[in-house]
Amino acid sequence: MTDSQPHSGAGTSRRRLLLGGAAAGVGMAAGVGADRLALAATSPAQPDPVTAEATPDTTGLNGAQTVPFHGRHQAGIATPIAAYAAYVALDLHDDVDRDGLRRLMRILTDDARRLSAGQAALADTEPELAEVTAGLTVTFGFGPGFVTRAGGPMPSWLAPLPAFEIDALDPAWSDGDLLMIVSADDQVTVAHAVRMLMKDSRSFTTPRWRQDGFRRAYGSEVSGTTMRNLFGQVDGTTNPEPGTADFDSVVWSDDGWLAGGTSLALRRIRMNLDTWDEVDPTGRSFSVGRRISDGAPLTGNKEGDLPDFDAKTPAGRTVISPVSHIARSRPEQPHEVIFRRGYNYDLPPDGDGVSESGLIFASFQADVTRQFLPIQQRLADADLLNTWTTPIGSAVFAIPPGCDEGGYIGQTLLG
Amino acid sequence: MNVVTPVMRFAMGGLVAVTLAACSTDSTPAETSATPTQTSQAADAAHSETAAHAVTVTDAWVKTTEEGMTAAFGELVNSTDEAVVLVSASTPASGMVELHETSMDDAGGMSMSEKEGGFTIESGDSLVLEPGGNHIMLMDVTTPILAGDTVALTLTFEDGTTLDIEAAAKDFAGANEEYVEDEDSMDMDHSSDGSDDHSGHDH
Repeated sequence: MTDSQPHSGAGTSRRRLLLGGAAAGVGMAAGVGADRLALAATSPAQPDPVTAEATPDTTGLNGAQTVPFHGRHQAGIATPIAAYAAYVALDLHDDVDRDGLRRLMRILTDDARRLSAGQAALADTEPELAEVTAGLTVTFGFGPGFVTRAGGPMPSWLAPLPAFEIDALDPAWSDGDLLMIVSADDQVTVAHAVRMLMKDSRSFTTPRWRQDGFRRAYGSEVSGTTMRNLFGQVDGTTNPEPGTADFDSVVWSDDGWLAGGTSLALRRIRMNLDTWDEVDPTGRSFSVGRRISDGAPLTGNKEGDLPDFDAKTPAGRTVISPVSHIARSRPEQPHEVIFRRGYNYDLPPDGDGVSESGLIFASFQADVTRQFLPIQQRLADADLLNTWTTPIGSAVFAIPPGCDEGGYIGQTLLG
Repeated sequence: MNVVTPVMRFAMGGLVAVTLAACSTDSTPAETSATPTQTSQAADAAHSETAAHAVTVTDAWVKTTEEGMTAAFGELVNSTDEAVVLVSASTPASGMVELHETSMDDAGGMSMSEKEGGFTIESGDSLVLEPGGNHIMLMDVTTPILAGDTVALTLTFEDGTTLDIEAAAKDFAGANEEYVEDEDSMDMDHSSDGSDDHSGHDH
């Protein structure tokens, strides 16, 4: 927990506010509430753990939380970020035509809407696993191959990103025709939903890659705390706030079949923890431009302070290095803003090191070329963090808008 | 038609009282899993009769197939004030359609057979059609039913009324309808031991 974050849950949790309706729906105290950690600390003597029956706390079981599937936008973008996510990319079989895409998306939409509501999918062989939603969201994205197969029209930015010098891309982590992002605060929920969706994709697609990511478990810290990546770095401070006009203009497209949708640039960034170990806290903070300890800019006192890129040291250098991560990633034009939803990954090591870790970097924006690409290009040209990071996967997807109860995801393209 | 699935495991609670209709001369709807007990039938009879409401079908789906046999599932809810009897079903997808029930044979395996007389659904009750249980059997599919297709079904009730529904086609690994004829299941012993701890046998 950082200095800039509240230590108790006395404040209002954004997450609870957003999910208040769901909490009310299960008959629990809705909306605003003290953090459950604080509640646990003040609750009376605990009953015998052997004989006690499980009971929900006053905010309700987190497993009962649901995020609405239907709407103008797909869930899983502006909705509160869950602890776990699986990014699954599929490639279309050669014989899948436009009608096949329509059938596929109808099935997957039906699965997603039912599972998001805590109902078993049709033909769900493990319906009991669908009962715990834990904020489950399913978000679909279309790669260039999907839109081509659908007969377009193709967004101008929907193509692999240009090659960057820093890249060491592995096709096994890149591209794909169809993306499914399944996220929830419970890994069993994620596993079941992925399994159901994969089963129903099987006659249309072949699995291409799957990237599993995690953040802090729900309840481990106050909801809304900026995540730390596995470098220990506070990561995602300047994100637009969902629900604001700023967010809407950054993220949502108003273009044709994508109106109400967005784009996703997904980068798998390997983080070399073994060489990062060699860097002391001062060097780490210098590379980022923020203090590792609390995420505050080197010119500020807390995470939320605006960096002063002109502030000088007594020796006449800028306090924040011009090649630090935050100096290179800041917008040079007002439209160079993106919305990030990052997850960590941590796999068994396969080389000489003891870690195979990194970041599943997900950037949502209305236009990849206009908003994301200039930032990415600057970071590729110079960023001290590149010393320890390597992009090993890359993909771009169009994220179609949401749908109502009678519709399906992709209908604006396929209908 | 008397058939056996290779392996079936599901909760037996609702099936322990089933009599094999195909072999029974005195079976009544009350002996099927759709109408658990005579007691509930008697209770229903006490209800005052009002205008009938619709029988509703939810979660209808059909297993995909290239050709031949497959099955349709879903849940029928009888919210009318009277018992209804589902006597047949039809679909453009199959020239021949049967209503099948599943029951336990002497060996502990599950037999599937045509449900003579149809399924009775008491007022307020529901009929669950599911893999391993009662289902609508499409006997003769000639045009492939593909995942994501919508299959139209017409359900016909004893009083001649019909209900048109649409079932979503889904790939499904279970409900393997390529049954093997099993002569052993044709015997006339109707007893069941009432145990609730049966799992299927592998034939």
